[in-house]
Amino acid sequence: MAWFSSPSDATTRLATAGYLADAATATTSFLAGALEKPLLVEGPAGVGKTELAKAVSRATGADLVRLQCYEGLDEARALYEWNYKKQLLRIQAATDGQAWEETHDDIFSEEFLLTRPLLTAIRRDAPTVLLIDEVDKTDVEVEGLLLEVLSDFQVTIPELGTVAATRRPFVVLTSNASRELSEAVKRRCLYLHLDYPDTEREKEIVTSQVPDLDDKVATQLVTAVARLRDLELKKAPSIAESVDWARTLLALHIDDLDAKAIDDTLGVVLKHSSDTERAVRELKLR
Amino acid sequence: MTLLDRHIAFLEALRAAGMPVSLSEDLDAVAALGLVGWGQRQQVHDTYAATLVKRQSQRETFDELFEIYFPRMVGEGFAAAAEPEGSRPARPADGPADLAAFTEELADALEADDLERLRQLASEAVGRFGSMPGRGPGMSSWSAYTTLRRLSTDELTLKLIEGLRRGGWTEEQAGRTAAKRVGSYQQMVEADARRRIAEEKGPDQIARITVRPTIDRLDFLSARRADLEALRREIYPLARRLATRLTQEKHARRRGPIDMRRTVRASISNGGVPLDVRLRPKRPHRTELVVLCDVSGSVANFASFTLMLVFALREQFGKVRAFTFVDDVHEVTDYFTPGSDMVDTMTRLADATSHAARFGRTNYGRAFGRFVEEHPDALGPKSSLLILGDARSNYSDLSLPTLRRMAASARHAWWLNPEARRNWDTGDSAASDYAAVVPMVECRNLTQLTEFVHDIL
Repeated sequence: MAWFSSPSDATTRLATAGYLADAATATTSFLAGALEKPLLVEGPAGVGKTELAKAVSRATGADLVRLQCYEGLDEARALYEWNYKKQLLRIQAATDGQAWEETHDDIFSEEFLLTRPLLTAIRRDAPTVLLIDEVDKTDVEVEGLLLEVLSDFQVTIPELGTVAATRRPFVVLTSNASRELSEAVKRRCLYLHLDYPDTEREKEIVTSQVPDLDDKVATQLVTAVARLRDLELKKAPSIAESVDWARTLLALHIDDLDAKAIDDTLGVVLKHSSDTERAVRELKLR
Repeated sequence: MTLLDRHIAFLEALRAAGMPVSLSEDLDAVAALGLVGWGQRQQVHDTYAATLVKRQSQRETFDELFEIYFPRMVGEGFAAAAEPEGSRPARPADGPADLAAFTEELADALEADDLERLRQLASEAVGRFGSMPGRGPGMSSWSAYTTLRRLSTDELTLKLIEGLRRGGWTEEQAGRTAAKRVGSYQQMVEADARRRIAEEKGPDQIARITVRPTIDRLDFLSARRADLEALRREIYPLARRLATRLTQEKHARRRGPIDMRRTVRASISNGGVPLDVRLRPKRPHRTELVVLCDVSGSVANFASFTLMLVFALREQFGKVRAFTFVDDVHEVTDYFTPGSDMVDTMTRLADATSHAARFGRTNYGRAFGRFVEEHPDALGPKSSLLILGDARSNYSDLSLPTLRRMAASARHAWWLNPEARRNWDTGDSAASDYAAVVPMVECRNLTQLTEFVHDIL
C-alpha cells in the first residue's frame, strides 16, 4: 500500500484528518511514505510533532503504535522480553520423563515472548504508524538499538532468529533537540523541522480547533501571539497555547482582545514570570 | 551543465560550507527527487531539505546555497523573454522619472503586502538600478547596495508608515510592520543581486564568498547586530542542552566504591549472603566560579555571552561571582537574578561598563591589581578563576606577579581568548606572556564556548 500518492494528496488527506500541513510538511510526509524511510521531526514544544504522527495514522487508516522514550528505557521495554515467570512455570510443570532439549526448545518460543512496541510494529500485518516519541530523552545506547530497526526494519532475537517486517511501518521520531542525536540515526531518517506557523496558517488552525471563536478575535489573537513570539522570551507561546488561549477567551465571553483583555489572560500563554513582565512592558499593556 | 552535474556541484558546495552530507544522503535525495519530480521549485527545495539538512542551525546556509544553485529564474525571467525582440530598449531606463514611477509602484506593492509582486519588483529594481556595467563580457556585475541607495529605503519606510496609519493602524503597529516589510524587501533585492552575479560568474565562486558560517560557528568578534540577537536567542536553549548532557553524563558515573557497612547490613536478610551490593553514592563536585571579564570595545560581546551562559547554568555551579573590568574592577554578580529576563540583563550589563572604567583604556595590569586590592576574599582554595579577554593591554604594565598570585590562590585558572590563535601576540596582545601563567584557550564561537563550559563542569 502506498501511504500518500503525491505531496498534494498528503495535504488534502492530512487536512481531512484535522491536521493543516504546510507545503514542506506535506512533501516530507509523502517522501517518508514513498521512500519507506523514518521521519525525524524536530521543533519547539507544542507545534504538533506528535500530532503529525497521529494525523498520518488517521488519514491512512493505519493503527498507531507508540513508544514513549524516557531516560533509562532499555531493550526489555522497547523491543521484547522473555516471559520469565511463565517459563519457570513451564519448567516446573514439565514431566520428569521429558528431555531437557525439548523443554529448552519449548520455553524459547512465541508463546513466551512479550513483544514491546518496536517488535510489535514490525510484526504487524496491517498498516502501522510507529511513533517513537521524544527520542532525545533516551540514553545513547538506545539509539544503537534503533539503528537496526530503522535501517532494515528487522529485529534479531538470538533464540528465534531474525524477524523482518512483512510490511514496513511509517515511522515518525520526534525530538525536542534537548540532545543532539547521533549522525548515524540522523543519516537514516528524513528530517523535518516544524516551527511556529505564520499568522494565516495559525488562524486556520485555531479556528479549526475552536470553531465557535469569532473571526475578529481570532485575527487579534494570532497577531498578539505573533508579537509575543517576536519578543525574546524564555518560552515563546506555541500553537497548543494559542488554542488554549482561544478556548479561554471563548469561556470568558471576551469579544474584543484589547490591552486589558490580553493582560488579564496572559497567564494562559506565558509560563515564566519574567516573560510576563517583559510582555507587559513591550506591549504597553498597563 | 547537466542536472546531475548541478546536483553534485550543489552537494559539494554544502559540504564546503561545513554540512556533513554523506553519500547515502546524496542517494536518498536523488531517489526522492525521482518521486517528487522537478516540476515545482518549492517541492524540490523541500525535498532537498528533508534529505540533506539534519540540523536546524544549518538551514539558513542551505537556503542561501539553494537560491544560488537553483535560482528562481534566469536573467530577466520568463516575462521578459516572452516579449518580442525590440519592444524593450537595449538598456533599461533608469532616469529620475523612471525612478519616481518605480518607487510609486513599489510603495503600492509594499502597502498591499503582495509578496509575489514584491519579488518581481526586487528583480526589476536590481536589473534597472543596480547594474554595474563592465568592460567586457563576464566583467559586469550587480549591486544590491546601489539599488537600495537609489530607492532610498528610509523614505519608503516613512511613506509606508503614513499609508498604514491612514488605513487605521496605530503608530507603533505601523512602524513595526513597515520596518519588517521593507526589511524583507531589502533581503529580496540582495538575494536577486546574488542570483544575477551567480549567473554571471558561476555559482561555485559565489557560494564560496557569500555564504556565512552557521550561527554556532560564527566568530564573536565578527558578529553583526542581527547576529548578536540570534546568538542571544541561542543561549537559553544551549544552556538547557548542556545541562541535560551533563546530568546524563553524571548519571552514567553515579556509582561509587562499595559501601561495606551497608552491604553487610543488607546481607543479613539473605542469611549473610551479600546478594545486594550497596555502593557509596558519588558526591557531585560543584565548582565555585569567579569570572573576570574584559568589557572594553569589541570583546564586550564575547564577555556578556559567556556570562549569560555561565549564569544560565548556575545550578551546576556551587557559586558564581562575576566581575567586569576595563581599567578598574566592578562586581556584576547581582545583575544576574535567577529567572530574570535576558535582554534586560544584557542592557544593564552594557550600562555598567562605565563603572569598570576609570580612564577608559584597557589596562589588564591595573585591573588585576585593583581586583586583589578590593576583593581579596573572592579567590580561595575552593574557587576557580576564569578570565575572559583578548589580552590587549595597550602596552601597559602586565602585572604578571599579581596574576601569578591570583592563579596560585585559586583551585584552577583558565583564560578564554576570543581571538584566533594566529592573532595572538600581534600588536599590543600579550597573550603568550599571560598564557605562561594561566592556561589560555581559544574561544571564538558558541561551539568552542559550549565545549569549554562542558569540560570545566
